[in-house]
Amino acid sequence: MSPELINLIIQATGESLYMVGIAALLGTAFGLPLGVFLATSRKGELFAAPLVNRVLGIVVNATRSTPFIILVVAIIPFTRLIAGTSIGSTAAIVPLTIASTPFIARLVEAAIREVDGGLIETASSFGASPLQIVFKVLIPEALPGLLLALTLAVVSLLGYSAMVGAVGGGGLGDLGIRYGYQRFMPEMMLAVVVVLIALVQLVQSAGDYLARRVNRRLRHR
Amino acid sequence: MVRFEAISKTYPAYRGKPGVNALQDIDFAIPRGSITGVIGRSGAGKSSLVRLINGLEKPTTGRVIVDNRDISALAGRELRLAQRSIGMIFQHFNLLSSRTAAGNIALPLEIAGWTKADIKARVAELLALVGIADKHDRYPSELSGGQKQRVGIARALATRPSVLLSDEATSALDPQTTRAILDLLANINRELGVTIVLITHEMSVVRQLAREVVVLDGGHVVESGHVADIFTHPKHPITQSFLAEVIGDSLPVSLASRMTSEPSAGGQAVIRVQVRGAGAGDTVVARLARDLGLDVALLSARIDEIGGQHVGSLTLGIPGGEDAVTRTLAWLSQHQFSAERLGYVA
Repeated sequence: MSPELINLIIQATGESLYMVGIAALLGTAFGLPLGVFLATSRKGELFAAPLVNRVLGIVVNATRSTPFIILVVAIIPFTRLIAGTSIGSTAAIVPLTIASTPFIARLVEAAIREVDGGLIETASSFGASPLQIVFKVLIPEALPGLLLALTLAVVSLLGYSAMVGAVGGGGLGDLGIRYGYQRFMPEMMLAVVVVLIALVQLVQSAGDYLARRVNRRLRHR
Repeated sequence: MVRFEAISKTYPAYRGKPGVNALQDIDFAIPRGSITGVIGRSGAGKSSLVRLINGLEKPTTGRVIVDNRDISALAGRELRLAQRSIGMIFQHFNLLSSRTAAGNIALPLEIAGWTKADIKARVAELLALVGIADKHDRYPSELSGGQKQRVGIARALATRPSVLLSDEATSALDPQTTRAILDLLANINRELGVTIVLITHEMSVVRQLAREVVVLDGGHVVESGHVADIFTHPKHPITQSFLAEVIGDSLPVSLASRMTSEPSAGGQAVIRVQVRGAGAGDTVVARLARDLGLDVALLSARIDEIGGQHVGSLTLGIPGGEDAVTRTLAWLSQHQFSAERLGYVA
């Protein structure tokens, strides 16, 4: 493979990491509080707001059931409003964030719901405020689950990021389609797939390692 | 002091389940510095009652006064401040698995806004108080049940509460550990003067630790008072059934299977004598035999001590036919023993 092609792969990997990294950060920034709220706002819960809970649940489901490629196209005006353009890696971060937020929120919700309800009662019994319960009880206790959720989100974002190539988002997927498929360069296609596999393995191993580390002390629960 | 004034608690119907009257007409006081047992079967309303004390639940009607404050009227920040003077321990300990023993004990102090240095000193003090100073850096998964409950007790006492609520705190522990934890609670009551409210379904817990008892059944207080008074003269069937757990009211199987309803020649009448009060049972068999000149057989006996009073029953075999039985029953009633004829054995 020529040095130019290798350079292309390196550049595309950088773009992919940039898109996925920023989208994962933003997705977590929006998805974590949303997930915590979804997990604590049903009737009788910490931030009880059943109606808001139900509406948010429907919005989250709707976003999650929209195929990603359709979402990308559908929100182009919004993307242009936020990023100033609808083309390129930075623009691609917008749909990636919008797709990952509800996904992360549901995973966070599931992890938070795993926390023993008795702990909430315990913290309330010594006068903890709802926010103190979230930060001192729910999030620390759900941490292993939250780390695994985040790992899963990053891995799916890598997959999504390959799709934004179709609308000029750049990155590894774009490279694979333009060079590997349209110019029929099987070695390019192979290289892209190998890099993606390596990235996914790396992210998954790192996530597993972190989750295991925080989980070690709770193992014999 | 904790006082319940005309309390009722109703859980409304929800998702097809009918509403539940968990508590009705609750009116009693728990004296300051006492150890009060609240005993009842599952569903009697014990958990609801204890959760009214620290404001985790609101009464449907009535007031709950804790240290001269109507806790049932407080909400938000005021309630959270008041809750710091009421500690609680739980059946399943409810420790945070992500924090060490010290970290768990520090939690209520962090919530109360103590400084790091103050927390550190207080946590060390509390670990020593509950006898696990060496477990400072251990996670709950590395502790035994008894040690976990000690952490729970230290955590409940962290903010120097005046009341400690115990919700079946020993129900998940083996008998030996239970005894150690109850001893610890007794010490805490003695040394710190903390009022302890024990929720339990186990008579043995009340017997070992409590001085006052409240018997709950179907959401009502059916009896309350000093442990010795209540259990030497139990009136309500529920109280009697709790007492029976300690003293046993069933006959040995071998005896019960031999028993008949008609006397046989040369056999014995089976008479059960209730023993209540200090020293009451000590000499009854000897005195009965001497006064009536009968060879009284002791078929089975169980006597225990509750609140310094003897409580139990003796099952006696009386030989000598109907005449001897009549004389025995007369002697017993004359000496203030309650007794009944159960049947006959050959």
